[in-house]
This record gives sequence, C-alpha cells and structure tokens, in this order.
Amino acid sequence: MSAAPVSAAPQANAIARGEPPLTPGAITEPWWVRALLIGIALAFLTLFLFVPLVAVFYEALRKGWDVYVASITEPDAWSAIKLTLVAAAIAVPLNLVFGVAAAWAIAKFEFRGKNVLLTLIDLPFSVSPVISGLIYVLLFGLQGYFGPWLREHDIKILFAVPGIVLATIFVTFPFVARELIPLMQSQGSEEEEAALVLGASGWRTFWHVTLPNIKWGLLYGVILCNARAMGEFGAVSVVSGHIRGETNTIPLQVEILYNEFNITGAFAVASLLAFLAVVTLAIKSVIEWRLHQQHSASEQA
Amino acid sequence: MSASPVSLAAPGTASARSAGSANRRVLPGFRLSLGFTIFYLALIVLIPLSALFLKTFTLTWGGFIDAVTSPRVMASYRLSFGASLIGAFLNVIFGGIVAWVLVRYRFPGKRIIDALVDLPFALPTAVAGIALTTLYSQNGWLGKLLAPLGIKVAFTPLGVLVALTFIGLPFVVRTVQPVLEEAERELEEAAASLGASRWQTFTRVIFPTVLPALLTGFALAFARASGEYGSVVFIAGNMPMVSEITPLFIVTKLEQYDYAGATAIAMVMLLVSFILLLTINLLQAWTRKRGQSERT
Repeated sequence: MSAAPVSAAPQANAIARGEPPLTPGAITEPWWVRALLIGIALAFLTLFLFVPLVAVFYEALRKGWDVYVASITEPDAWSAIKLTLVAAAIAVPLNLVFGVAAAWAIAKFEFRGKNVLLTLIDLPFSVSPVISGLIYVLLFGLQGYFGPWLREHDIKILFAVPGIVLATIFVTFPFVARELIPLMQSQGSEEEEAALVLGASGWRTFWHVTLPNIKWGLLYGVILCNARAMGEFGAVSVVSGHIRGETNTIPLQVEILYNEFNITGAFAVASLLAFLAVVTLAIKSVIEWRLHQQHSASEQA
Repeated sequence: MSASPVSLAAPGTASARSAGSANRRVLPGFRLSLGFTIFYLALIVLIPLSALFLKTFTLTWGGFIDAVTSPRVMASYRLSFGASLIGAFLNVIFGGIVAWVLVRYRFPGKRIIDALVDLPFALPTAVAGIALTTLYSQNGWLGKLLAPLGIKVAFTPLGVLVALTFIGLPFVVRTVQPVLEEAERELEEAAASLGASRWQTFTRVIFPTVLPALLTGFALAFARASGEYGSVVFIAGNMPMVSEITPLFIVTKLEQYDYAGATAIAMVMLLVSFILLLTINLLQAWTRKRGQSERT
C-alpha cells in the first residue's frame, strides 16, 4: 500500500543478490489469522459491549411504549431527572473553569512542583467512588468534623442536594483539565505571545487566540465530564441518603426501581442514561475526527 | 521534559516550541491561574481527602489492624483484587487483539466499533450493572445459554469478574492503539527483509514496542476495577465471605455508622491506589522513553 516506495529499494537489492523478493505476506498476517483476530475482537466486543447496550433498550421497551413513557414521567423519576440536571449544571461549569485555569498555568508557564500538581489533579480518578463519598460523610456527617457546627446553624449538606453536588464535582474534577493540558502544551504559546506583542490585552488574547485553538479539546472534556456527572453512582449513593423524590439522581432511581423488582421501570429510567452515553460517544467521535484534522493541518503548516 | 504524558501532538514539535519560549513570563495570568488552580484543588480534593487521614489517626494501631484484617474484609480483598487482576489480564489479551485489529485491519463497521470501545467510560455504572445482571441471570439471554453447562454467573464471584472485565475494557485498547499507530512499519519491513518470519517479527519487533503500553493498560484497568462499585453490586449477590467486594464492605460499615471501620478499610484501598498510580506513572515514562529512543 503506502509502504511500497520505501520497501522497493531493499527488495530490488534482494533480487539483485538473488534472494527471493518479499511477498506482501511478509509484513502482514495470512488471511486466516486476520479473519480469526477480527472474529475474536468482534465476538468479545459484541458480548461485552453491544449485547448489554441492546439489552437496556430492549428491557425498557419490553412492555410497550406507553409503559415506557409512564415510567419516565412518573413524579419520582421526574424529580430524579431534575436533580441530575442540577448537579451536572453546577459541577460541569465549575470544573470547566478550573480546567482552563489549570491548563493555562501548567501549559504556558514553567514552575517547580508541576509534576506533583499534575498527579494531584488526577487524584480523584484513582480514588474509589465509594471513598469519594465517604470523605464527605467524614466532613459533613453528624459525627463528622463540621457536623455539629452545621447542625447548630441548621445547614444540611449530607443526605441533601449540596452533598450530591459536592460528590459530583469531586468525581468529575479532572476531566476538562486532563484534556486541555496536553493539548495546550503541544500548541505552545507563540500565537499568544504574538498577540500580546501586537498590543492585545491578556483577556483578549485568551478569547481570540487561545480559545479558538482549544475549542474542540474543551468540548471533548466537557462532554466526558457531563457524562460522568450525570451517571455517577457510587459516590452519590454514599452521600444521598436515598430520599425518594428529593435526593435521588437518575442512577439512584435506577437502583431503587431495580431492587423493588420493577425491572421495566428501572430499565426505562436507565435507558435515558444509556441514550446519553450513546450521544456522548457519537459527539466524542466527531470531535476526535476534528482534532485529528486540526492536528494534521498544523503539522503541514 | 515538561511534554505531556499523553501528548496529542507529535512529540518533536512540543520540545522545539517550549525551547523557543525562553522569555516565558511574557504571558499574563500566571498568578491568577495557578492561584485559582491550587485554591480549587485544595477546596475540592485535598481538604476532603485529608479528612480521611485525620480520621485514621484517631484510631489506635490495634483497632486499625483489627478493622483491616478481619476475616470478612480479607475475603473481600481477595475477591476485589483477585477479580480485578483476572479481569485486567483478560483485557490485556482481548483488548490487545481489539487494538491490533482496529489499527492494522480494514473491515466494515470499524469506525462504529472504535467508538463503541469507550462505552464502559460513558455508560453509567449502575446501568451497566443492571444490564449485565439481567443478561446473566438464569433466564437472561446469556444466562440461559450458560445454565445447561452448569455455569452460574449472576450472584456469584464469576459475575464480579464479568462486571470488572467490562469496566476495564477501554483502558488497554486506548493505551495500545496510539502506540501501534505510531510504530514504524519500516522496522517490520526491515525484519522481514532480513529473513524473519511474521511470527518472529511479531515477538521480536512488535511485541517489545507495545509491551509498556500493554502493562500501562493492565495497571489502569486493575486500578479502576479494584475500586469499582456501581456495576458490581447488582451482579455480585453481595454475600459476605463469598461475593462481597471491598467497596461494598465500606458502604456496609457506613450504614452501620462504623465510620472508623469504614475509614480504616478506605485507607488500605487508597494506599493500593497510590502505589498503582506511582506504577502507572513509571510505566508511562517508560512508554515515552521507548517511543523516543525508537524515533532517533
């Protein structure tokens, strides 16, 4: 294929020396090996990814469209949807601002302790979701460090909406920063320096030079952050208290319905999240393609 | 040096550019951005996490040891870490094959399959959990097929393994894929023209190139699986001593208001995570070094 011009020379030499020329098979596998490997890969992915995804929608729609619609418009489900949207609407923008600030500091400047900072930013990813919830119980629970004070002032954080929002912020903390830091590091800061030399202010430089350059990476981080924010289960489960209609997010509502053997209801609510996952993956693929294009364009330049 | 661990761009350009910006304080906003970064990091991550350490120090040494070595918690470690190890190993084999097939071969539906690999990242764990449980329960689509063979998956340790394999699936694929894409085909051609068989080329040229990435993927999948909660609790059956994972045991302790016990076990898990994080960083450094030395 594309390797032909490169391999032509050694091949010609080989022929000149009287050795047999390279057959195309020498740098790829026999057809049956290829077929076998593709078969194994497809079987594995079908079994572990495709079948479970299909099962969600199948179970959700099993008892018909009317039951499905009734399941997701039922008041408890509806309040779970609203709470999930609220938690994501707070967590995602906050982590977005953090991600941009962190990427600006880390990618554009040199300072000591940068690697430590990078490790610390990644920390929430390596902590079990259950532990992410536990730390807020230790802080704000009745026996927790701030528990007595909060109780005196009649502020509820744990087993209430603020706790859910905090846990969501924690588990989605690194997403945007993680996408932006490598992207901005690879872009360097020549364009920004040029803008500043030409007299643009710092903010103007950021809005008109940096932001257009990182917009795809930013969007990528945001959709991943959002998917996790809406889907987080473990951490939120620990801090929620599972009060129906009040502190249940969509994933927690799924759990309650499932444990009550309302399988269709559970899958109906779950299908909303599965749909979100599919949309996230679709947008992600499009962005990856754009990033790839941007990258090859900048390489040619 | 400061080049990113998972650089999106060609490694050559990054270093060339950072060398160019010697007058690096030209750009404004260093104090503001770094100050805000550290403030937010402390508020959201460091202070809450330090609560865990503070709480641990209120335990006596004996109490701590008792809490983290009780028979029930030992059984949960064996299950959580054992199933995570096997799951990560399965993902190295199958994930490696998937990455290879996606990079090297052409077949219909490839782009969709490539996108689908990230499903375990995007699909909330609770949804994955109920889907897998329904599939593998006795009258589920897959459970029905396995029942005549005497294999029970749902509500057994095998179910834990299935869930943990699912959750770790993307890691190996996504760490090996870029390495395979960047690997130079010329090396394989050189090996072939020197008379190596395809199998020899694979074991001597290709495998050593992707080995650091495979190990990184393994460690990432293992780390994720060992702390996993949502996808496992539905399918595990959660029987103490048999199919109870460590994160679930922490939740059980919390529900009994045994905060000290929960904290002690969480501390053990956190320690394992830190060791894994360190290992992963070293592996990634090795991957990068391998990549650079090959290019020069």
